[in-house]
Amino acid sequence: MKIRLMIILAACAWLTAGCQTTPVDEPTTGPGTATSGTATDDGAQTSGIDDDGGFSGMDLDGSQADRIGMQGDPLLETRVILFDYDSSEVRSDFNDVLAAHAAYLAANPSVAVRLEGHADERGSREYNIGLGESRAQAVRRILVLQAVEASQIRTVSFGEERPAMFGTSEEAWERNRRVEIVYP
Amino acid sequence: MRKRRSAAGAIFALFGFALLAAGPARAELRIEITKGVSGAVPIAVVPFGWRVDGVSPADDVAAIVAADLARSGRFEPMPRSQMLETPTTGAEVDFQDWRLLNAQILVIGQITPAGPDSVSIQFQVFDIFRGDQILGYRMNAPVERLRGASHRIADMIFEKLTGISGAFATRIAYITVDREGDGQRYRLIVADSDGDNPNVIADSADPIMSPAWSPDGRKLAYVSFEGGRSQVYVQVLRTGFRESVSNRLGVNGAPAWHPSGKSLALTLSERDGNLDIYTLDLGSGRLQRVTRHSAIDTEPEWTPDGQDILFTSDRAGGPQIYRVPASGGDVERITFEGNYNARARISPDGKRVAVVHNDRGNYRIAVVDLNRRSAQVLSEGRLDEAPSFAPNGAALIYASRRDGSGLLETVSVDGLVRGRISSPGSDVREPVWSPYPPN
Repeated sequence: MKIRLMIILAACAWLTAGCQTTPVDEPTTGPGTATSGTATDDGAQTSGIDDDGGFSGMDLDGSQADRIGMQGDPLLETRVILFDYDSSEVRSDFNDVLAAHAAYLAANPSVAVRLEGHADERGSREYNIGLGESRAQAVRRILVLQAVEASQIRTVSFGEERPAMFGTSEEAWERNRRVEIVYP
Repeated sequence: MRKRRSAAGAIFALFGFALLAAGPARAELRIEITKGVSGAVPIAVVPFGWRVDGVSPADDVAAIVAADLARSGRFEPMPRSQMLETPTTGAEVDFQDWRLLNAQILVIGQITPAGPDSVSIQFQVFDIFRGDQILGYRMNAPVERLRGASHRIADMIFEKLTGISGAFATRIAYITVDREGDGQRYRLIVADSDGDNPNVIADSADPIMSPAWSPDGRKLAYVSFEGGRSQVYVQVLRTGFRESVSNRLGVNGAPAWHPSGKSLALTLSERDGNLDIYTLDLGSGRLQRVTRHSAIDTEPEWTPDGQDILFTSDRAGGPQIYRVPASGGDVERITFEGNYNARARISPDGKRVAVVHNDRGNYRIAVVDLNRRSAQVLSEGRLDEAPSFAPNGAALIYASRRDGSGLLETVSVDGLVRGRISSPGSDVREPVWSPYPPN
């Protein structure tokens, strides 16, 4: 707690310092308004130095897996579709997984799904947004072909911005080239 | 080797103050010259005389000038401890003493009152061997803007001595990402080009990316994923006021300002998720489609004349750079070397294009000559990206990765001078060099 407070104070001091110094000819570097984003209780997390290679985020929480008819089905509990490098072609080894999700969604037209496309860290960021979107759309097309209503599906691409696994390695790249099937 | 030490000394002097003012700011950048030109010019920048009663200067003008010149890699400032004397007027200069120290260029100056809260800075630049004045100048500046004035002085000296416009009085925008708890914190930061004076201008738990300076340097466009979906914002730096200018279904990305500042090129996905290039008139909100292709078309960049748009497309398989008239028309492929060329940024003179280029498995920054179509690889990393030209066209800044964390690097377009800008503990990415400040 004390550490957190110190950091907040330091941040304030820093912002104030920022306010006072302005460039000689163009005073445009005021601190501006911080844009929202969700307020998080994370100010003073100290992180270990061996974080790299660890996993982050995207736990599949109980509320998703607990849906009627989903529990216990390993195909439906598979929520990550992996892709080859610079490719948005759905690999045949994921056909069964997508068929199971398609059947579930077609049978439950009130259920919505979000397809989140991602890319590995290599190359340029906006092109990777494009790759992530193409991947999400490829999955979407397969679901729609299998009788899922287009209105049930939303897509979003995060490109390389939200890796499933941090670090620079073949393993991380492979895990990060993916579409996540998210039941909100 | 000697170069590196003296640069580090100057930069330490520069950052001593910044650290006091900023505390443990995570945005603090550390700059080092990793490679300078052989035969960098030895220059002595003598502490400027301060002839103002009462207030003592917050910023050391001579130290800032020396650090700027050192950072260019083309000059080697003399450590103050080696100076035998510290003249502040021409009459006090003994050229023979400076010749003995092997300095080639001498900079002296003094600061006098010019009104309430304002000072006059007078400086002179001498060729030590010939004993001639090369440059003499006086400028007025508010006391609290001594730092900016110092960068202006460095620009003038640099231009006089090299014939290249200086870019020290410019700024950089960049993104930092910090892991916090289970998530990440994304910050869009604007700092002086020496890394000083960092200001967080946007801060979010969701990704922020693709910052782009307006041509007048007063605004930034960027992409933010607040709320879990992409939007393009335009933010006025001075006031912090911002506006969502593109909030359509699907991808809203890759904003690029038209040279007039009146419209943006950007990437949108249609309902079917196909990315194409559009232009958006910021006054009327009118949207115009530029490309129509089932491939990924993204990363638009205007040519300096505002007529054409360069963009990345994978229509031929891997990503390559293409050119299309903004009003629509024939698409022409620009890059042919290698299987991956993306995110074109055009030089201020319009003759060269910097790209992310796959060089035998390494992602590096290459510069393509638009006439000869030949590519020269300039960077040396494995995961380099996001090249941005300095407004004088003489150098590029780009993002690299080292030991699992992002940092920024600079390279002169001839590849001779290299620098590194890191922010210990932070992942730094997507640097964008500002245009020249308006006069």
